[in-house]
Amino acid sequence: MIHWIVAPVIMPALLAPFIVLAARYHIGIQRVFSVAGVLALIAVATGLAWQASDGTVTLYQLGDWAAPFGIVLVGDKLSTLMVLLTSVLALFVLLYAIGSEWDNRGWHFHALFQFQLMGIMGAFLTGDLFNLFVFFEVLLIASYGLMIHAGGTPRLRAGVQYVLFNLIGSTLFLFALGSIYAETGTLNMADLAQRVTLIDAEETVGIRVAAVLLLLVFAIKAALVPLHFWLPSSYAEAPAPVAALFAIMTKVGAYAIIRVYTLVFPPELEATAGLHAVWLLPAALVSLAIGMVGVLAAKKLDRLVAFSVIGSMGMVMVSIALMTPVGIAAALYYIVHSTLAGAALFLISDLVRTGRGSVALTAQPVMAGTVLTAALFFVGAIAMAGLPPLSGFLGKLLVLDAAFDSDMATWVWVIVLVSSLLSIMGFARAGAILFWKAKSVEVIDGTPELPRPAVLSYVAVGGLVTLLAAHTVLAGQVHGYTTKMAQELFAPTPYIATVVDTPGKLSKPKVGQETSQAEEEN
Amino acid sequence: MEFLVASAIGVLSAAGLYLLLRLRTFPVIMGISLLTYAVNVFLFASGRLTVGAPPILRDGIDTYADPLPQALVLTAIVISFGMTAVVVMIALGAYLGSDDDHVDDQTDSNDASAEGTP
Amino acid sequence: MNSAGRAACAGVTFTVSLAAFIGLLTNLPSVLAGEVVTVGVDWMPVLGLNFNLMLDGLGFFFALLILGIGLLIIAYARHYLSRNDNMGEFFTYLLLFQGAMVGIVLSDNILLLLVFWELTSLSSFLLIGYWKHLPEGRQGARMALTVTGMGGLAMIGGMLILGQIVGSYDLSVILQNREMIQESPLYLPALILILLGCFTKSAQFPFHFWLPHAMAAPTPVSAYLHSATMVKAGIFLMARMWPVLSGTTEWFVIVTTAGLITMVIGAVIALFKHDLKALLAFSTVSHLGLITMLLGTGTAFGAMAAMFHILNHATFKAALFMSAGIVDHEAHTRDIRRLGGLRKLMPITFVIATLAALSMAGIPFLNGFLSKEMMLEEATHTVLFGVPWLVPALATFGSLFSAAYCFRLIGHTFLGPVRDDYPATPHDPGSGLWLPPAILVTLVVVIGVAPFLAEPFVKLVTAAVLGGAAEVPTAYFKIWHGLVPALFMSIAAVVGGLLMMAIFTPALRLWDNTPRPEAKVIFDAIVEAAVRLAQAVILPLHNGSFTRYAAIGSVAIVAAGFHAWSTGTLAPPTRALQAAGPVPVAGWLMLVAATCGLVFLHRNRFLSLILIGIVGLMVSIGFVFFSAPDLAMTQFTVEVVTIILLLLALNFLPKQTPFESTVLRRVRDAGIGVFGGLAAFGLAYHYLLRDAVTTPISEFHLANSYKGGGGTNVVNVILVDFRGFDTYGEIIVLGIAALLIYALTETLLNGPVRARLLNRTPDLPRAGDQHPMMMVVLTRVIMPLVLMVGFYIFLRGHNEPGGGFIAGLIVSIAVVMQYMASGFSWASARLRYPYHGIIGAGVLIAGLTGIGSWFVSKPFLTSDFTYVRIPPFNEFELATAALFDLGVFLAVVGAVMLSLESFSRLARRAHVEDSDHPMDIDPSRVDPPPFGAIAPKGGV
Repeated sequence: MIHWIVAPVIMPALLAPFIVLAARYHIGIQRVFSVAGVLALIAVATGLAWQASDGTVTLYQLGDWAAPFGIVLVGDKLSTLMVLLTSVLALFVLLYAIGSEWDNRGWHFHALFQFQLMGIMGAFLTGDLFNLFVFFEVLLIASYGLMIHAGGTPRLRAGVQYVLFNLIGSTLFLFALGSIYAETGTLNMADLAQRVTLIDAEETVGIRVAAVLLLLVFAIKAALVPLHFWLPSSYAEAPAPVAALFAIMTKVGAYAIIRVYTLVFPPELEATAGLHAVWLLPAALVSLAIGMVGVLAAKKLDRLVAFSVIGSMGMVMVSIALMTPVGIAAALYYIVHSTLAGAALFLISDLVRTGRGSVALTAQPVMAGTVLTAALFFVGAIAMAGLPPLSGFLGKLLVLDAAFDSDMATWVWVIVLVSSLLSIMGFARAGAILFWKAKSVEVIDGTPELPRPAVLSYVAVGGLVTLLAAHTVLAGQVHGYTTKMAQELFAPTPYIATVVDTPGKLSKPKVGQETSQAEEEN
Repeated sequence: MEFLVASAIGVLSAAGLYLLLRLRTFPVIMGISLLTYAVNVFLFASGRLTVGAPPILRDGIDTYADPLPQALVLTAIVISFGMTAVVVMIALGAYLGSDDDHVDDQTDSNDASAEGTP
Repeated sequence: MNSAGRAACAGVTFTVSLAAFIGLLTNLPSVLAGEVVTVGVDWMPVLGLNFNLMLDGLGFFFALLILGIGLLIIAYARHYLSRNDNMGEFFTYLLLFQGAMVGIVLSDNILLLLVFWELTSLSSFLLIGYWKHLPEGRQGARMALTVTGMGGLAMIGGMLILGQIVGSYDLSVILQNREMIQESPLYLPALILILLGCFTKSAQFPFHFWLPHAMAAPTPVSAYLHSATMVKAGIFLMARMWPVLSGTTEWFVIVTTAGLITMVIGAVIALFKHDLKALLAFSTVSHLGLITMLLGTGTAFGAMAAMFHILNHATFKAALFMSAGIVDHEAHTRDIRRLGGLRKLMPITFVIATLAALSMAGIPFLNGFLSKEMMLEEATHTVLFGVPWLVPALATFGSLFSAAYCFRLIGHTFLGPVRDDYPATPHDPGSGLWLPPAILVTLVVVIGVAPFLAEPFVKLVTAAVLGGAAEVPTAYFKIWHGLVPALFMSIAAVVGGLLMMAIFTPALRLWDNTPRPEAKVIFDAIVEAAVRLAQAVILPLHNGSFTRYAAIGSVAIVAAGFHAWSTGTLAPPTRALQAAGPVPVAGWLMLVAATCGLVFLHRNRFLSLILIGIVGLMVSIGFVFFSAPDLAMTQFTVEVVTIILLLLALNFLPKQTPFESTVLRRVRDAGIGVFGGLAAFGLAYHYLLRDAVTTPISEFHLANSYKGGGGTNVVNVILVDFRGFDTYGEIIVLGIAALLIYALTETLLNGPVRARLLNRTPDLPRAGDQHPMMMVVLTRVIMPLVLMVGFYIFLRGHNEPGGGFIAGLIVSIAVVMQYMASGFSWASARLRYPYHGIIGAGVLIAGLTGIGSWFVSKPFLTSDFTYVRIPPFNEFELATAALFDLGVFLAVVGAVMLSLESFSRLARRAHVEDSDHPMDIDPSRVDPPPFGAIAPKGGV
C-alpha cells in the first residue's frame, strides 16, 4: 500500500497542530518547521507528478472503502501538476513572508498557512464532490485567517465582505451537491460520470440545474464576472504573501471546472448539452476585459495587480470555455503562468510598499531599493501584460491559436488583443509613475528614510521570476505535457475504470450493481 | 409533506436572501444563518423524506431513512457553525475598529489617498 | 561611474557587437552564392513556434546595417554620454535592442519574429526613457510603447491568420504560397493587421507622430533606433512579405498612398522644425514614406530602388544625426535659430554634415541622388486612382521640400556669420565623436561616385526580396541616365528647394499662423480619456458595496439556474406525495411564522436572536420527525452555542438596526428574495417527487455499516468510517476557526481597539445581581450530570444517536454554563485547560488514528473493531473509529471553548473588574458587593 498520495494532505494537517502545540510562542521554530514541511511537500509532489507523467492514475481508497461508497483520492496528470505548482509557489511565498516579517505580525501564521496548503492539496486530489466541498471549506476558513492576519480595520472590513461572499458560495455549493445527490444518488465524480449517462432524455432539468449550480460555485472561486466582486478589495487588502498564495486559489476554481466539465459533464453529453456554451465564453471575455480595463483604471498598485489577476483568470476561462483539447491545453499552460506572475506581482507591490510606504500611483520621492524593485516590476509587468519574451506572450498565442476555430473567434481575438493593449498601457503608466517620475520629485526634508526590503524578500520574488523564465524556455515541454494532459482529460475512461472498478473492503463493485452487491453482502 | 418541506426551504431562502441584502453586518449574518438552515434542509431532503425509520440498524427492519444525506448535513452544520463564529468575530473586529457596522465599504478604497494597512 | 568602468562597459558592448559582425561576415560567401543559411531549434512545436533562423540576402543586408552602424554608434555613445549617466544600463538596453533587431531580420518563423518585434518596442521604450528625470522622455517612451505596442498586437493577429491560412508559421513555407494566401478570404484582414504593425513601427501616416517625440532619447539612440534600424523594421517586414502580400490592388492602394502622404507631410513639417533632431526626425519619416511608396508600387524596379535607398538613407541619416549630436554636445543647443556660422568654428563637422545633407537633398555624385532618381523614375510609371500625374507631382513636391530642409540645415547651422551668443563656444570634438560619422560619409561619397560598386550587392538583396515572384531588373546603377523625366523632376526639386529657402521667412510666418493638429496633444487627450473612461467604468462598479455585489450575484445565480431549467425537459413525478398530519403542519406554521417575524422585526437584534433560535429549534424538531435523531441533536446543540456566541458579540454591537434603506431598495431586495425563494422551493419540490436515476450509494452503507464499520448507527459509522475523511476535514475547519478567532482577539487586544474597549461605557442598564445565586448553585449541581451525559452520548455514539460532535458540544455547553453563571474570572481560574492544546491534541489524535492503519498496510483512516467481554459486564465493542471519534470530541470541545473564551476576553477588556467570587450576593460574605457598580459587560 503506497501512501504518498495522501501525504500532501496529511503532512500539513499534522504539522499545523504540532506547530500550535509545540511552537506557539517561538516564531523561529515555527519558521523552521513550516519551511521544512513545504520542502517535503515539494519532494512528494514531484514524486507524484513523475509517477503520473506516464499516464498512470493513482487511486487511494480512504478507510479502505471502494469508490463510490468511500472517499477516494485520485492522482492523475492534472491533479499532480496542480499539487506540484501549489507546493512550489508555497515555498517562495513562505520565504517572502519570513523575509518580510509578515508572519510575525499576528498569531498562528504558519499554522494557518499549513492548513491552507492542506485544503488546497485536498481540493486538487479528491475524487469525491462532497469531500471537495469540505476541502473548499478548509482552504476558505484558513484563507479567512490569513487574509485578516495582522488585523487593521480596512483589512477587517474587506475581510467581512470576503467571508460573507464566500459563505454565499458555500451555501450554493451545498445546493448543488444536494441536487446532484438527489438526481444521481452518488457523490463520487467517476461514478457520477457513469450515472449521468443513465439519465433519460425525457427529464433533464434536474441534472442541468445541478450542473449549472456547480459551475457557478467554481465560477465564484475563479472570480468570473459577475461573480468576481469579492476579489479586488480582499486581494488588495490581504497581506502581500497571502495575496500571492491566493494566486493559486482562483486556479482551484479553474481546476474544478476543468475536472468536472471534462469528466462528469463533457461537452458531448446530451443531458447537459449547450449549457456552458451559451454564457461561459461571453462571461470569460467580459472578465478579461474588466480585468485589464481595471489595470488601466487602478489608482493603487495593489488594486492594479488584483485586477490583472481577474484579467488573467478571464484569459484562462476563455481558453477553458472553448472546451476543446487544444483550449484546455492552452488554459493549463496559462494557469501555471498566471499563478506565478500574479504571485510575483503581489510580492513586488509589497516591495514597493515597503520601500516608499505607499502603493498609491502618485509621484513620490525615489523609494528604497528602487533599482532592483523596478527591474522586478518590469519583468513581472511584461509577464502579466503578455509581452515577449515571457510565458504570458506564449500563453496568449496559444489561446488565440486555440480560439481560431470557435464561432466566437473574432470576439475572442479582438478582446484578447485590445485588452492586452490596455494592460500594457496600464502597466507602463504605473511603472513610469512609480519608478521614473520619482526621479523628478525632490524629497521633502524630515521624511524618514524607509528601510530597503530584506534580501530574503528579493530572493523569494527572484525565485518566482526565475520560474517564469523557466516556464518560457521550457514552454515546448510544458505545453507538450499539458496537451497530453488535455487529451487524457477528454478520454476519461481509464480514470473512471481505475476509480470505480478497484475493489475495496467488503465490495467488488461493478458498474450499476452496487445494490445487488450490497444485498449479497447481507 | 413534500410540499411543506419544499415551501419551508423556499421561505427560509427568501427570508435569508432578503436579510443578506441588508446594510448592517448583524442582519446580514442572520440572513446567512437562514440560508444555511435552508440549504441544510435541502441537502437533507435530497435523501427524500422518511418518517419513523431512523437509520439505526435493528433486527427485522429493512427500510431506513437514507443515512448519507444525514451525515452530510451533520458535517455541513458543524462547518457552518465554525464559519458563523468566524464571520461574527471578524465583523466584531471591524466594528470595534471603526465604530461602524455597515457591511458596505464607505471609504472608496480605490482612492489613492486611502491607504491599506501595511 | 569611473571612466575605467565606462570604458569597460563600452568595450564589452563593442566587442560583443564586433564578434557578431564578424560572425555575420563569415556567412558572406554563401550568401553571395545565393544560398540561404538556416539554423533552428524547436521551441513550441505543437504551436508551430520554433527558434528557426535563416540568413538570405535581405536578412544579411539588414543585419549588416544593424551591426555595422551599431558598432559606430557604440563608439560614438562612449564619448557622447556624460559621466553621471549610467553606462551599464545604457549599453545593456542597447545590446538588448541590437539582439532583438538582428532577431527580427533573421527569423524564419513569423511567431519568433513577433517575439523579437515586441522586444524592440520594449527596449526602445527603455532607451527613450533613459533620461528618467526628463518628463518628455517618459511621455515619449510611453507614446512610442503604446503606438508600436498596438501595432505589434495587430500584427500578432495578422501573423496568426497568415499562419492559419498556410498551415505553417515558417516564413520559408509561407513565402511559397502566394496564391493560397491572396485567394483566401482572410487575405485582407491579415494584410491590414500586418500593415498596421509595419506602419506604426515605421512611423507611416497616420502613425508618424510618435517618432519625433522619441527624440527625447539620447542622440546615439535617436541615430541608431529612430533613423537607421528600428524604424526600418516595418520596411523590412514589408520587403520580407513582398512576394506573398504585394501585387494586389489592396496592397498597392494602401501602401503607396500611405507612403506618399507620409513622404510629403514629413518633408513639409521637417522644413519648419527648429530643433535639429526634430528636423532630422521628420526627414526620416519622409524618407521612410518614400521607401514605403516604392515597395507599394509592387514592381521589381520599385523594390530595387527601395533597397538601394534604404542603404543610402541609413548612411547619410546616421551621419547627420551624429553631427547633430556633435553640435548639441559642443554648442549645448540644437535650436537652429540660435546657431549659424559654425563652418569656421567646427570645420570637420561642417564637412561631414554638409556632404550628408547634400546627399539627402539629392545632389549628384552623392548616393542620395542615385536612389532618388530611381524613385522619381518609378513614380513616373505609377498611376494612382487613375490620375497619371498624381504620383509624379507629389513625388517631386516631396523632394522639393526635402531639398529645402537640407539646404536650411546647412545654411542656418553652418553658414552665415559667426555669432557670439552660443550657449557654449563650439569647436570640433575629439576624433571619438567625429570619426564614426566620417566613415559613413565616406561611404556616401564612394557609392555616389562609383554606384556600380554597390550594384551587385543591391541586386542580390533585391533578388532576395522578390523571392522568385519577379525577375531582378537589369537596369544599371549609373549617374547619367540621359535626359529622362526623372532628371527634370530632380532639377525642379533642387531649384524649387533653393527658391523655398529664399522665401523661407514669409513661409515660416505663414506656417506658424496656420492652425495644425498637434499630434502629442491629441494622443495625450486620447490616453487621458481612456484612463478616465476606464475609471468611470471600473471604480463605480467596484465601489465596495457588498450589498450590491450580493444582489448582482444572487440574480446572476438564479438566472443561470433558471436558464438551465428552462432549456431542459421535464417528465411527470415518479414519487407519491406523503400525507401531512396536523403536527407537521403546526411545525411548518411555527417555522414560517418565526422566519417572517425575523424578517419584519430584524431591527431589534435581541428579538431576532430569539426568533432565529426558534427557527433552529423547529428545524431540529423537523429532523426528529423525519427520522434523523443525530441531526436533531447536533442542530440543537449547535443552536445553543451559536446563540451564546451571538449574544456575546451583541454585547459590543448596536442593539438596534436603524432604518436606512429606501422603500424602493427594500422592494427590490424583497423581489430578489422571493425570486430566489421560489427557485429553491421549485428545485426542492422537483427532487422530492422524483427518485434518483439509480439506487443511491447509501444502500451500501446501510448494508455494511455493522459488518464493516461495527456500528448500528449508520450515520455515525458514515461519519467516522465510510466518510471519515470528511469528518477529519471538518474538525480541522473547527480548529482553524478557533485559532483564527484567538489570533484575531490577540491582534485586537494589542491594537488600537484595546483603548476603544476600555473607553466604552455600557449601553444597557446592568443587572445589579450579575451572577444570581440560584443559577450558580444550579449549574454547579448539574455540571457533573451534564458531563456524564456527554460521556454517555459519546460512548453510545457508534450504535445509538450521538457521537463525538454532539458529546463535544454538550460538554462545551456544560462548561459555558459555568462561565455564564459565575463570571469569567472565577470559572477560568478553575478551568485551566489550554484550549489550544485540546484542539491540537484532538486533531493530532484523529490524524494519528488514521495513520495507525498504515502499520497494518491499510489506507489512511481504515477502521478496525473487536468485541471484548469483561465479566460481569456484557460484551462491548472497541473500535478504532471510537479513537477517531475521541479526536473529534476533543477538537470540538477545544474549538468551542477557545472561541467563547476569546470572545469573553474581549468582554473582560471592556472596563471590567470582574468579581472573583462565585456569587455577587453571598450571605457568607461580610463585605457588601458593590451594587450598581459597573458590572461585567457580558462577563460570561
